[in-house]
Amino acid sequence: MTATVGYDDVEVGTELPERLFPLRRVDLVRYAGASGDFNPIHWSERAAADAGLPGVLAHGMLTMATATRLVTDWAGDPGAVLEVGVKFSSPVVVPDGDEGASVSVRGVVEKKLDDNRVVVNLTTRCSGEKVLMAARATVQLS
Amino acid sequence: MSLNQDFVGRSFVSPVPFQVGREHIRQFARAIGDDNPLYHDVEAAKAAGYSDLVAPPTFLISAIPGALGLPTDDPALGLDYALVVHGEQRFTLRRPVVAGDELITTSTLTGIRAVGRNEVLVTTYRYDTSGGEEVALGACTLVSRGTAPPRG
Repeated sequence: MTATVGYDDVEVGTELPERLFPLRRVDLVRYAGASGDFNPIHWSERAAADAGLPGVLAHGMLTMATATRLVTDWAGDPGAVLEVGVKFSSPVVVPDGDEGASVSVRGVVEKKLDDNRVVVNLTTRCSGEKVLMAARATVQLS
Repeated sequence: MSLNQDFVGRSFVSPVPFQVGREHIRQFARAIGDDNPLYHDVEAAKAAGYSDLVAPPTFLISAIPGALGLPTDDPALGLDYALVVHGEQRFTLRRPVVAGDELITTSTLTGIRAVGRNEVLVTTYRYDTSGGEEVALGACTLVSRGTAPPRG
């Protein structure tokens, strides 16, 4: 249960390089099943239109999980994530098709705290829009 | 229809402990497209010092009973779940959740406020093991679109 990144090896401004994560309709269905969130706006075109939405949306929690993954992979240990919080600023519309949507995530170390903890600020975009705001994770480094 | 303010301040405790299972962790990890061995391989998790498979940090969302801890099927609350979008989410973990944990979730609806024509519901969560250990805290805002009464 130890991060593979050392506190002394990072500084404010250290970057977590951008990665792209595809999200397709089947991923939303899989996430609905695994999470238990069966809100139809995440799988039904009709329900999304009835709710006045631009299309079927990814679960916010799936976007959050995707952003968090950049941090867990970087830290080398998912147990190193002490806190994670996001605001959902723009919906991730997932078109029906093989392409789906593509979510890009990159991060930067924003603060160094005591006890070898750091705060990572995450930038998460889809189709050019920032889909998360104030997305930050506190990580226990070694 | 606007939401029932009488629900503010109420807490909802999971009726039975949520049993964190290996297959559920694996299924959740597959659903977020994450092949981290600590989510899938018990031996890898043990080699890393864990007692069993580790749950991804946001797995905690699935331990909340009902729809994000709120009694959305209670007509008295007046929440149409099809009009709901997620506003904010936060988790604070005292320790990683692992397979074998039994979690009892307490969700408290701390506020409902109108923002324009939307209503924003704020909920906080606490996750304790059935042994009484506080494992994690959470906070969530949901936006009920277009349900606030027009002003004036």
